[in-house]
Amino acid sequence: MTLDPRNAALALHRFGFGPKLGSTSGSIAAIASDPQGALLAELEVPKAGQIVNPNLATSGAAQRTGFEFAYARQAQMVLERRRREAAQAENPGAGNAMEDKPAEAAAQANAMTPPRRNFLDEAGARINAAHNADIGFVERLVWFWSNHFCVAGTYMAGAYEREAIRPHVLGRFADMLQAAEGHPAMLDYLDNAQSIGPSSDEGIVRNRGLNENLAREILELHTLGVRTVYTQADVTNFAKVITGWTMLPTRDNPEHGGEFVFNPRMHEPGEQTLIGKTYAGGGVQQGRSVLADLARHPATAKHIATKLARHFIADEPPPALIERLTFRFFETEGDLKEVAKALVTAPEAWAAERAKIKRPSEWVVATRRAAGRKNINTQGMVGQQRLLGEWLWQPSAPTGYSDDNAAWLSGLKLRLQSANTFAQAVAADVDPRELVDATLGPLATAETRQAVARAETKVQALTLLIVAPEFQRR
Amino acid sequence: MIDMIETMETTMRSPLQAATFHPATRRELLRGSGVLFAWAFVPRLARAEGRDPRFLTIVLRGGLDGLAAVAPVGDPDWVKLRGNNALTLDGPKPGLPLDSFFALNPAMPNVHRLYQEGHATIVHAAATPYRERSHFDGQDMLESGLPKLGAVDSGWLNRALAGLAPSPDAIASHRKAFAVGPITPLVVRGAAPVLSWVPPRLQPVSDETTLRVLDLYRHTDPTFAQGLEEGLGAAIIAKAGGVTEARPDVPDIPGAGGIEQVRAYFAEAAGAAAKFLAAPEGPRVGALAFDGWDTHVQEGAVTGRLADLLGALDGAIGAIKTNMGDAWNETVVTLVTEFGRTARVNGNQGTDHGTGTVALLLGGALKGGRVIADWPGVKETDLYEKRDLKATTDLRAVLKGLLRDHLRADERALAADVFPGSDAVAPMTGLLA
Repeated sequence: MTLDPRNAALALHRFGFGPKLGSTSGSIAAIASDPQGALLAELEVPKAGQIVNPNLATSGAAQRTGFEFAYARQAQMVLERRRREAAQAENPGAGNAMEDKPAEAAAQANAMTPPRRNFLDEAGARINAAHNADIGFVERLVWFWSNHFCVAGTYMAGAYEREAIRPHVLGRFADMLQAAEGHPAMLDYLDNAQSIGPSSDEGIVRNRGLNENLAREILELHTLGVRTVYTQADVTNFAKVITGWTMLPTRDNPEHGGEFVFNPRMHEPGEQTLIGKTYAGGGVQQGRSVLADLARHPATAKHIATKLARHFIADEPPPALIERLTFRFFETEGDLKEVAKALVTAPEAWAAERAKIKRPSEWVVATRRAAGRKNINTQGMVGQQRLLGEWLWQPSAPTGYSDDNAAWLSGLKLRLQSANTFAQAVAADVDPRELVDATLGPLATAETRQAVARAETKVQALTLLIVAPEFQRR
Repeated sequence: MIDMIETMETTMRSPLQAATFHPATRRELLRGSGVLFAWAFVPRLARAEGRDPRFLTIVLRGGLDGLAAVAPVGDPDWVKLRGNNALTLDGPKPGLPLDSFFALNPAMPNVHRLYQEGHATIVHAAATPYRERSHFDGQDMLESGLPKLGAVDSGWLNRALAGLAPSPDAIASHRKAFAVGPITPLVVRGAAPVLSWVPPRLQPVSDETTLRVLDLYRHTDPTFAQGLEEGLGAAIIAKAGGVTEARPDVPDIPGAGGIEQVRAYFAEAAGAAAKFLAAPEGPRVGALAFDGWDTHVQEGAVTGRLADLLGALDGAIGAIKTNMGDAWNETVVTLVTEFGRTARVNGNQGTDHGTGTVALLLGGALKGGRVIADWPGVKETDLYEKRDLKATTDLRAVLKGLLRDHLRADERALAADVFPGSDAVAPMTGLLA
């Protein structure tokens, strides 16, 4: 059997989280006999991409926990303020107690609060799934889709990824779309929870109206793509269609607050026309129908195909690859497993040029795998990726984190510092010379091999290895 | 008291990071590798004599140019060997005379003062038994104390400790400190319990590492080179020989890198080590490592990079002396490196990996004010393989002498366990006051 260690290394770096030192299944050698087959095999593992952990809170529970904590803290602050005001009234010369205690304020910010615990549990589950995967292709797809349908500023982000993204990562795009847009995390993040049909009962009584945010982002970011086939009128009409898609108020409902509900009182009645098609009035089903049509629109196929190719292959992906993926997406009605297969069986996907820079989150996991870390520190890794500009589940805009190289190039100096810090902690446990072969194999340039071999310390050697272009590029 | 840490994997802390980070826990702030102490238990025999000795080893990783640190200004071949790069007693930055033959690098006034007070000894033309020139192997050999290479999991300092009978009254109060799984320099790794402390400031990315990364990028990935350059200050770019392509001037941010940060780290790490060792119930034996001595290009022995580093080291030594307080009189600090550098300067105004070098010994417990050297000379015929300062003193003899006379380590154990196969290398006598 011929071995192909070059493509094995490529498969691990481009489609996975990099080789795992000391692993018999996540190494270059392990998949060298058939790198492409190994990627395809990961798609067939039962429950691939799923996280089964009964200890993780549902999105509703996470939302309620977070809300209750925030509310209790607010009450505490009000009490504190009253005490202060009372003290001030008694003794006008006294200083501001809280301002005098920056250490206490900092300690409070550091405390392991229930929402923070939830966040770290979710982050730990996600990072461990990536760290422990053989290659990690399915996890990379999860990360891709989670970024595509990103949410931020919510207690529910981790649960959202498990509930809306993971179940469909190798399923149908239409189902993922329905799950994501109907998820309370998304409805809250993009303001649809507050959007009210002007002619709905709520709209009339409270004299309130639409919020177009979610409708616009679904068309622009999640499905058709910007400047494609829709108009402002389509956006407005779509916003009307999905009025009433909201969540039960957390404040008033300790049992089910934060869960999805369709509220007919908020829903704009009547039929709506969207991209040349008229959708009869009929509650939640109206929106479901629109989403189903958006999922099978050719513009969506092209948009998704382009984003996938851009993520894995190049900022300006080869048109042939985009065409291939578009066609496969379209002909399988958005079967994401088939699209993933089309990606890794496309000749363009194995181009020798490694045109992409790994995003920080991906690189951070790759460094741990490269160094053969058995136990990983979630808090440290989450902090590191945040430092490098990719705050987990907290992108600054609904576009998610950029897939363009330019967005990450200026972070190379921070990555160097970050790499040096990591290397200081773990270099004593590794032989960097062995690491070059295990981690880069045939991808290592002579220059990188020499730089690592001639490094003045193990720390420097490991630093050089994990900041080398061969390691930082996909 | 400074916090102890449990095993941690990485750190999130650097001055740059602090501003942008989510609030880190105290644990996070303290993680990483840094100063590491082997727990000494307080050696029983020394204790019985009414002494409470302290012993600190500082590993200088990268290979210190011993001839640049301590120059043989009285050797007639010296200036011929190094030319304009030779440290001499003349010029704008004259060496600090030690005796009629040797002079100390002028970047090290603290060491010079200690030398004059009898608290510093310099051993010259010394080396471990290692005669190849690989950093990793050389450091393994230096820190393991083994006569040959191979898989090692313990260092000589740890094995020396393991052989010392603990003083029972010294350990009880700190037993919990042993519940530590540190990432430890090899020299103190091993069976004896080790605790670690990590300075809040990490050893910053050295200019040397940055330059090597930049050089790698320039040869393999110009896009990366430009991306990195945009984040670097003008000074380091200048050291790398200018920019890859035209770019706007980036002003240097004071304290954002470079020697100031190194100086601060060295002083903080060494100073903290001294505080620990000085504390009545603190550890008695410790080790730490400082990187950056691999001066292949633009060594700058008198003014420049090496001078800056030696200055930072001198500052660290000053911090040790200060923080040690009265315990200084019972202290020995050793500064050792994996090998020296080539006797001659190379084509890049630097020096390559060599053999013989210096070991610096400091502390009030020493009979100092001496340079100990069986001087081999620096004529071409005197050099090891016609390129390196020949090693005439086995570093193990020095270390064995200190361990025996200062910590009262057993001489047979020193030959059998601490430095196995070193029967023929007699412990050096008379190092202590």
